[in-house]
Amino acid sequence: MRALCWEAPTKVGIHNVPDPTILSPRDAIVQITSTAICGSDLHLYDGYIPAMVPGDILGHEFMGEVVEVGSGVGNLRQGDRVVVPFPIACGNCGACQRELYSVCENSNPNAAFAEKLLGHSSCGMFGYSHLTGGYAGGQAEYVRVPFADVGPMKIDDDLTDEQVLFLTDIFPTGYMGADMCGIKPGDVVAIWGAGPVGLFAVVSAYLLGASKVIAIDRLPERLAKAESQGAHTLNYEETSVLEELRDLTAGRGPDHCIDAVGMEAHTDMSVVQAYDKAKQLARLQTDRGEALREAILACANGGTVSIIGVYGGFMDKFPTGSLMNRSLTVRTGQAHVHRYLPRLLEHVRNGDVDPTFVISHRMSLDEGPKGYDLFKNKLDECVKVVLTP
Amino acid sequence: MNDTPEAGARPLARRLGVASLALGVPMLAAPDAVARVAGVDDDSLAPDVVRAVGARELLHAVMLLAGSPKLVWTRVLGDAVDLAVLGRALADRTGERRTRVTAATAAVAGITALDLYAALRSRRAGQHRRGRPGPLHLTATVTIRSSPSDVYDHWRDFERLPTFLRHLRSVTVEADGRSTWVANAPIRRTVRWQAEMTGDEPGRRISWKSLPGADVDNAGTVHFAPTPDGTGTELKVSLHYDVPGGAIGRAVARFWGEEPSQQVHDDLRRLKAIIETGDVVRSDALPDGPESGHQMSQRPAQPPTPATKAKKIRTGRPERAATKGTS
Repeated sequence: MRALCWEAPTKVGIHNVPDPTILSPRDAIVQITSTAICGSDLHLYDGYIPAMVPGDILGHEFMGEVVEVGSGVGNLRQGDRVVVPFPIACGNCGACQRELYSVCENSNPNAAFAEKLLGHSSCGMFGYSHLTGGYAGGQAEYVRVPFADVGPMKIDDDLTDEQVLFLTDIFPTGYMGADMCGIKPGDVVAIWGAGPVGLFAVVSAYLLGASKVIAIDRLPERLAKAESQGAHTLNYEETSVLEELRDLTAGRGPDHCIDAVGMEAHTDMSVVQAYDKAKQLARLQTDRGEALREAILACANGGTVSIIGVYGGFMDKFPTGSLMNRSLTVRTGQAHVHRYLPRLLEHVRNGDVDPTFVISHRMSLDEGPKGYDLFKNKLDECVKVVLTP
Repeated sequence: MNDTPEAGARPLARRLGVASLALGVPMLAAPDAVARVAGVDDDSLAPDVVRAVGARELLHAVMLLAGSPKLVWTRVLGDAVDLAVLGRALADRTGERRTRVTAATAAVAGITALDLYAALRSRRAGQHRRGRPGPLHLTATVTIRSSPSDVYDHWRDFERLPTFLRHLRSVTVEADGRSTWVANAPIRRTVRWQAEMTGDEPGRRISWKSLPGADVDNAGTVHFAPTPDGTGTELKVSLHYDVPGGAIGRAVARFWGEEPSQQVHDDLRRLKAIIETGDVVRSDALPDGPESGHQMSQRPAQPPTPATKAKKIRTGRPERAATKGTS
C-alpha cells in the first residue's frame, strides 16, 4: 500500500510499504477514506518529539471502512464505517476503567522507554513516534487498529467524512480543554492559539456555557475563523495581550485560560523568543513556552489554566510563583477521546456544531508532503489539511 | 535494582588507593626526610629502601584505583614486608631513635589492620549471601487489575510461564512436584535447571529454588497482594541468581542486551497485558510486544513484512472482551 512516511526532520514522502495484517485477536484492519494532518504531526515533522525512525508512517486522525476483524472483535463487521480515536486504549486497565483512555496502561509496548523520559508512560498512539509505541499511522491506504472492540465508533451513512473526521482528535481535544476548566455561566475564557484545536476549544467553551471567549493568534485567517464562531479576537503581534485581557475583564483576567499552542510557541517578545529558540536548538530545553507562561500570568486569581497544546519534555522560566500565589488550578492531558466521542457525535448530528469550518485544504494522500509544507509554514492561509487516499 | 555486594567494597579500596598515592609520592620525592621521621636515617641503605617502598606504593595506588577491590591483598602483603623490615630496624636501635622507629612501626601496623579489613571485605563480597544461590538480586513490581488469586493462578501454572517470561523456553512439571526449566541464554544456546517449590500460599506467595547441578543457580519469590482499593493485585518478584561465567558472563550478557532487571519488567508488562487484555500488546515496531532490549534498534512503524511477522505466542487464555467500551 501507499503511505506517508517520515524520512528526516522536515522531510516526508510517499512510500510503498507492506499491507497491515491482523496481529492480535482484538485487531481490525481499516481502509482509510479520509485522514488529516494535525498540528501535533508538525512537532514530529520538525523532529521535536524524540524517537522517530526513518520510515515511520505518520497520521493519527483518520477514518474509514472496516475490511477485516480479528476473532476477538464482536462489535464491528466488514463494511462498517468508523472513526478511530487517536489514543490506543485497551478498555480493561485501571486507567481505562476510570475513562482516562490516553493514559491506558497496556497500549504502549515502549512504555519502558517513555518512563525514562516522563516518569510514567502515556498510552500508545497511532503514528506518533516510538515513544508512544511505534504504531503505524493512518496517513496511508490501510491501518491496523488494535483494541478495535474499544476505540472505533460506527458512523451512519448520512454524515459525511468531513463532518465526523475531527472526532478522532481535534474536536475532543478542544472540548476537553474547555471541559477541564469547569466553566460556569458568566465565565470568560481566553484561548491561546486559533489553530484547529484552538478553534474547537472556542466552539466547545460556548457549548459548555461560557459568556465570552477570547482567541489569541497572529494569523488573520485563523482569527477570522475564530470570529466566525463568536470569539473576540486578539492579534498578539498588534497588541499587548496581557493588557488587552485586563481591559476586557475590567482587571480580573479571564476566569479560564486554555493553551492550545504547545511546545513550538511563537511570540512577539523577541528577546524571550530568541532565548527559548536558542535553548531548544541547543537541546537544552525541548519546549518553548511563551504561550503557557502568558496564559498563567493572564489568568484570574483562583482560575484554571488548561493545557491541551502538546509538550514533549522540559521548559525553562516556568512562572511557579504566579501559579502558586494566585490559587490557580492547572489541568492537562492528551484527550481521552473515547470519553467524549458519543456526546460530540450527538452535537454534530444535532447540527450544534459543523466541524467542517476548520478545513482550508483538501488534497490526495500523494500530495501529503506538500500539505505538510503548507501547514508548517502557514502558507496559502493553511489551517487544516484533509487527505484522501 | 541490581544489587551486587561487591559494590560496597569498592569505595574503601579506592580510598586506600588514594592513601597509597599520598604515601608513595613523598617517599620518592624526599626519601631522606622520610627516613629521618622513621628514625632510620643512620643507615646509608635507608633512602634506597624508602624509595623502593615508595615505588611499590604507587603500584598499589594504580591497582586499587583502576582494578578490582580484591587487589587490596597486595597491600596486605606489602605491609607484612614493611613490618618485617621495621622489626629488624627496631632491634638495632636505642634511645630517641628507637622511639621514632616504634612510632613508624605502630603507624604501619594500623595501616595493616585497615588493609586487612578491606581485603577480607572484598573477599566476603564475592560470596553469596546466606542461603541465596547467586550474588545478583533484583526486584520488580507491577499492578494488575485482577484478583490476587487469579494472578496467583496464572503464575502457579508453571508450564504457562513462557507465554510472558520471554527468555523461558519451556517449563516441565514432574510428578514429584519438581520442575525442569529451559531458558534461552546469550552465550550458550540454552541453560537448564531443576527447581523445587520452597513455599506456596495460594493467592499470596510462591517461592522456588533451583536444585544442585543447575546451569544457573536461582531462587525467587513472587508476592501477590491486593491493591489498597481492592480492585487489583500488587505483584512483586524478588530474584536471586547468578549468570554462568561469573562477572565476565554478566558483562557479556549485558553486552548482548540481556539486562536482567529490564527483562523482568518487560516480562511483568506482558503478564499484565495478557491478564487484562488477553494478549501481549503488539505495535508495528514491536510485533512481539514489549522488548526494551530493542529500544535503540527498532524497526520503523510500518506493517511488518511476512519475514518479520509476529511469532505466534500462545497466551493460553481465551481473549477477553472489553468490559467497558464506548462504542
